[in-house]
Amino acid sequence: MIKKEMIAMLLAGGQGSRLGVLTAKVAKPAVAFGGKYRIIDFPLSNCINSGIDTVGVLTQYQPLRLNTHIGIGIPWDLDRNVGGVTVLPPYEKSTSSEWYTGTANAIYQNLEYMDQYNPDYVLILSGDHIYKMDYKIMLDYHKANNADITIAAMPVPIEEASRFGIVITDSDNRITEFEEKPANPRSNLASMGIYIFSWKVLKDALIKLKDQNECDFGKHVIPYCFENNRRLFAYEYNGYWKDVGTLSSYWEANMELIDLIPVFNLYEEFWKIYTKTDSIPPQYIAQDAYIEKSIIGDGTEVYGKVYNSVIGSNVVIEEGAVVRDSIIMQDSVIGKNAVINKAIIAEEVVLGDNVELGIGNEEENQKLPKIYNSGLVTIGECSEIPSGVKVGKNTAISGKTTLEDYPGGTLPSGGVIIKAGDNV
Amino acid sequence: MKAIGIILAGGNNKMMRELSNKRAIAAMPVAGSYRSIDFSLSNMTNSKIQRVAVITQYNARSLNEHLSSSKWWDFGRKQGGLFVFTPTITADSSYWYRGTADSLYQNLHFLKNSHEPYVVIASGDGVYKLDYNKVLEYHIEKKADITMVVKKMDDRSEINRYGVVSMTEEGRITEIDEKPLETNLSTVSTGIYIIRRRLLIELIEKAAEEDRHDFVRDILMRYKNIKKIYGYKLQTYWSNISTVEAYYKTNMDFLDRNVRNYFFKEYPDIYTKVDDMPPAKYNCGSNVKNSLISSGCIINGTVEGSVLFKKVYIGNNSVVKNSIILNDAYIGDNSYIENCIIESGSTIKANSKYVGEFGPQIVTENNPVYY
Repeated sequence: MIKKEMIAMLLAGGQGSRLGVLTAKVAKPAVAFGGKYRIIDFPLSNCINSGIDTVGVLTQYQPLRLNTHIGIGIPWDLDRNVGGVTVLPPYEKSTSSEWYTGTANAIYQNLEYMDQYNPDYVLILSGDHIYKMDYKIMLDYHKANNADITIAAMPVPIEEASRFGIVITDSDNRITEFEEKPANPRSNLASMGIYIFSWKVLKDALIKLKDQNECDFGKHVIPYCFENNRRLFAYEYNGYWKDVGTLSSYWEANMELIDLIPVFNLYEEFWKIYTKTDSIPPQYIAQDAYIEKSIIGDGTEVYGKVYNSVIGSNVVIEEGAVVRDSIIMQDSVIGKNAVINKAIIAEEVVLGDNVELGIGNEEENQKLPKIYNSGLVTIGECSEIPSGVKVGKNTAISGKTTLEDYPGGTLPSGGVIIKAGDNV
Repeated sequence: MKAIGIILAGGNNKMMRELSNKRAIAAMPVAGSYRSIDFSLSNMTNSKIQRVAVITQYNARSLNEHLSSSKWWDFGRKQGGLFVFTPTITADSSYWYRGTADSLYQNLHFLKNSHEPYVVIASGDGVYKLDYNKVLEYHIEKKADITMVVKKMDDRSEINRYGVVSMTEEGRITEIDEKPLETNLSTVSTGIYIIRRRLLIELIEKAAEEDRHDFVRDILMRYKNIKKIYGYKLQTYWSNISTVEAYYKTNMDFLDRNVRNYFFKEYPDIYTKVDDMPPAKYNCGSNVKNSLISSGCIINGTVEGSVLFKKVYIGNNSVVKNSIILNDAYIGDNSYIENCIIESGSTIKANSKYVGEFGPQIVTENNPVYY
């Protein structure tokens, strides 16, 4: 009989709508990060580094890029005879077929997948956080407490605590109260969305709650277990952990990588982060190029100037172009003499010559000010921007645009042009 | 494809100087991310050759490490696969490989157990892209016994380290001279051959009977009038890296956009072992011009006209000019390196100065580093 002590279930089906046009055609966990990686590489690498070799990845929203990236799990050594990585999309059943309606519902629909490994513990992860964590230590803690559920939690500044699920614990770290996004938080320990469940407790809860609408871990499963006097413990984590769910936090997390000695250091031999390598050749920096305080991916050719930026693989930055404080993902081309300030440019974007991004004063975004803010210019994947146009701040562009889309050759601050993608 | 592949990667020579202390030539790092043997291996997989043997002898540790998994070149297949043959003592033989023909003879079972009608033989020290199917078509069209891929060299300065050939109008090779002291020929053998598998077995067995061990001298040269040997002219980039000067020049060739486009952007790709390095990092004070930089590098100083291999560290205020820095080298602060090849894993102390006055100087220095 197959037996795995702990298996992981990685929730990767969410759209991540707060990333705007970046997730127009890809699920959030497949968004590029740090010049080489995709967000899901961090939990997947954490799994294999923690000795977890069985991972179910639950996909739903726009899974193509994610499926291609994961494949059979070779980059993470998750190609195994028994276990390994399995992509788990929603599937049709003889009765009551449905999409994954909530995080816990998605896990419930895959009870059989988990059952076949006879796990003692199940680790629930989400695919949108940047961190390095040894889940084995968390499991030891779970066992030592004889816990039913262990929730990883980290201290956050008390003024930000109302954005998170907050746990209140006693002196043994046993959770005595649980508040979802409280107006007046009584603790600053925020749940990181990482749970270890004892398998029987999880299975029981999922079955009991199977008719719950949009069944969710934070809203339903954890409160249910709490009310049934299960032993819930908080595992305090003090390392680097970043939710990259918004454009500004995504931008900040990238920028933190370029510090002289980054808090989140990818250059340590210990706890490597693995990814599917799409590009092998070295990068070329031309005679007239200049690069300062940046990280640059493989196969990229830089003929212009780059300051404080994160550049992905196979990018071309042509002569005379100046890139500052920006993120450029793989396979994009930046035309000659383009000037780019504080922009996030997704994959396979073609930017014409003399284009200027991020000019003028900040204006509130006309359509979605909650998404497009912080002065960022956001360009969705496979977009084209014609030569010579000027684009202001707090703007978003997606799709192949032509000069007609830019009255007077300009997209003023706060403007949006959406010609492709799901969230038009 | 109707062929199996054999890559001769056992060699070493004095002209690589100290660089060959550490590894066989086929394992030499090339063009930032690759090893020399990746080019022949990738050409084989891209030509749909599924069964490939690599024959190694000299200092194979580094090469074996590189070949530890065949998946990078898509050779991990049920049909075919990658075979590495190092000399072993057997009931019949307790010799090292005494020559290229002998290395094939000692692995004759590989040839005999295959069923593909042809064999592609290549060397592990060539940097090139080639679809061997095109050579095979030529071989069949010419009804040749052996086809040899040849290259006309414009630069004749190193001509005497090659096998040189002369050919008739229609491609038949009439003369072969191995590493001649003096010659007026300028077409050289690239060490790539196509031959029918049964004929190869026959020739190898015959040579072994006569106690002859070298493929070029004892087979090609001796049979050139009896067997039809044709030359296939390679028109695209080809370079053999097996001298320090040629190795240096080949790496520097990749600073040319045309060469990079040809190898890196044009289909098909060259593959290599992937080692999960983070992207290269440029800190304040970095100033990089006309250079190739590989993943995992951290740069704090000036780099000009150079090739940096993986995971190189360049200290503050250091200057690296016209140099090749191999994998994992650490260059301390305030150093000056010009016209050098820094051996992999070297740790250059702060305030060092190395300048290659008469051609590239090979530098190996191993000091403890305290991070």
